[in-house]
Amino acid sequence: MLTRLLSNDFPRNRILAVVLVGLLLALAFMPFIFPGVKALNVAAKILVFVVLVASFDLLLGYTGIVSFAHTMFFGIGAYGIAIASTRMGPGWPAIATGLAAALALSFVLALLVGLFSLRVRAIFFSMITLAVAAAFQTLASQLSEVTGGEDGLTFKMPEVLSPGYQMSETPFLGVMLDGRLICYYLLFFTALALLLAMLRIVNSPFGRVLQAIRENEFRAEAIGYRVVVYRTTSSILSALFATVAGAMLAIWLRYNGPDTSLSFEIMLDVLLIVVIGGMGTIYGAAIGSGVFVIAQSYLQDLLRLGSDTASGLPWLSALLSPDRWLLWLGLLFVLSVYYFPTGVVGRLRAMRQRA
Amino acid sequence: MSLLATRDLTIRFGGHVAVNAVTCAFQPGTLTAIVGPNGAGKTTYFNLISGQLKASAGQVTLDGRDLSGFSVSQRTRAGLGRAFQLTNLFPRLTVLENIRLAVQATREGGHRRGLNLWSVWSDHRGLIARADEILAAVALADKENELVANLPHGDQRKLEVALLMALESQVFMFDEPTAGMNAAEAPVILNLIRKLKEDPRKTILLVEHKMDVVRELADRIIVLHNGTLVADGAPAEVIASPIVQEAYLGVAAQNASAQDGTPPHPGVSPRRERGEQP
Ligand SMILES: Nc1ncnc2c1ncn2[C@@H]1O[C@H](COP(=O)(O)OP(=O)(O)OP(=O)(O)O)[C@@H](O)[C@H]1O
Ligand SMILES: [Mg+2]
Repeated sequence: MLTRLLSNDFPRNRILAVVLVGLLLALAFMPFIFPGVKALNVAAKILVFVVLVASFDLLLGYTGIVSFAHTMFFGIGAYGIAIASTRMGPGWPAIATGLAAALALSFVLALLVGLFSLRVRAIFFSMITLAVAAAFQTLASQLSEVTGGEDGLTFKMPEVLSPGYQMSETPFLGVMLDGRLICYYLLFFTALALLLAMLRIVNSPFGRVLQAIRENEFRAEAIGYRVVVYRTTSSILSALFATVAGAMLAIWLRYNGPDTSLSFEIMLDVLLIVVIGGMGTIYGAAIGSGVFVIAQSYLQDLLRLGSDTASGLPWLSALLSPDRWLLWLGLLFVLSVYYFPTGVVGRLRAMRQRA
Repeated sequence: MSLLATRDLTIRFGGHVAVNAVTCAFQPGTLTAIVGPNGAGKTTYFNLISGQLKASAGQVTLDGRDLSGFSVSQRTRAGLGRAFQLTNLFPRLTVLENIRLAVQATREGGHRRGLNLWSVWSDHRGLIARADEILAAVALADKENELVANLPHGDQRKLEVALLMALESQVFMFDEPTAGMNAAEAPVILNLIRKLKEDPRKTILLVEHKMDVVRELADRIIVLHNGTLVADGAPAEVIASPIVQEAYLGVAAQNASAQDGTPPHPGVSPRRERGEQP
């Protein structure tokens, strides 16, 4: 049963398994462990990133394709929900329509990008995706009639997912069963299902061909696989998963703008997470997202604390100023790449092999 | 039945003609040895047949069908199988995964076009059984879970040939299959080729420097020299011909017993290639 669910791809390391189960349980019971608004926001962001990063891992870690257009698909998903909810009014039909339209657009764009540019050398492909992503970002800001331009769109969700909705008058385990909670669990189960689906895909016969292409494209073609077809399929799948991640984000935030879902900064975050977590493992996406989003969200608080206690030493205080969080995050990244070049997951798995 | 033929097959690299108007047909049930000094164009000839290089002129046909418009993978699916002179594997996958990928690429494997996304790789028992069979034949069964990158050179060479065996091709092209193998490893591969020869439907092309091997296995020898086909015929006849005696075989024969697969030749500096460790 578990073997089926995990597609016979177990964590293969005890610490890794414990961390993963811990993360799963923490996310599953988050609203009951830390009932605060911020904690729930952080948890929801982790859920969105798990899907987004895993979908990028499918592309980078499994197929060896370096694309910078990944946030474009993320943005398409978020805009799909945002635009449909604004135009059609809040409700499930708007969500369904927005998601369907976004998936269709992502499919077509990924297909086009794949067919036109996966034949060229890897470096040119990466540059093309960069250009396409930049063009799309500009387009989204320009079309303010539809997308709300730089300001973005604020919209409402169906009744059950709104904060105002109460499932029962009496709190359960000290927590109000409101629309936010329902929305959180919608995200939780969606993320879990999508993660398991991606785990299945990378462990299918198709997934092994992707790895073969990553390892040696020349030989994969020589034993009879049509490399372009596999690569294009991988790009499309990855784009579709990213689109759903975008939709999840919009549903949670009830807002979407260029900075929330299309910015290049998100692309960088995704790259960092995939490298920190461990490329080509899928589990790395989960661990990396957890570590990264928590660090990103609480590093500033931690620094403020440190800065205040170190107020006697002006230079240390300045170094620990919350504005320096990016510096510390960068340092964290450099250290982790230096000490865990294969990512957290790769490192843990290697440990077991030596033991 | 497959009949592989090349007509006026030519490729130029700048001004250098690496393969020069080679016309030749290969019959099923025959093993043709292709010999010639380093740089004669043997590997390039294979590259033209299997599609890695596009011919400047001439054609490759299989059963009378012109393969000019065929991609590499299409040619493989049409029945042209090839093992490479330079080991060419999937390094960070296991030995079993390497072979299974080749098994899966066949018609029998069923996943050739099948973008089979939703089944679990390890559930395909039939494909694994077939892969195990092939691994046993090349004496690699005990290493099936090792990463290819960690294998010694000789084992990688064996796996290289095993990948070709898994493909169930009509035409088998071996490019110095035993080069760099030790005395224990080479016979494993030669036995595989002997076994393959028993099948009257298979067409086998073998590039080989070791003349004792060629003498034993070949039904026919063709000689390439500076990209041109200079001799073609029964082994005894070709080996005895003056052009071969002086241009190539005289020296090669002396070296035939040496373990090294690439003996030196007069006027041609022994060209060591990447990955060809002694
Ligand atoms: N892609 C290429 N670009 C330029 N020159 C090439 C290319 N491939 C092969 N050559 C040249 O073509 C000639 C034939 O090379 P080839 O590898 O076919 O020789 P070979 O007969 O296989 O030799 P060996 O016995 O050493 O394997 C050589 O002079 C080589 O330098
Ligand atoms: Mg050669």
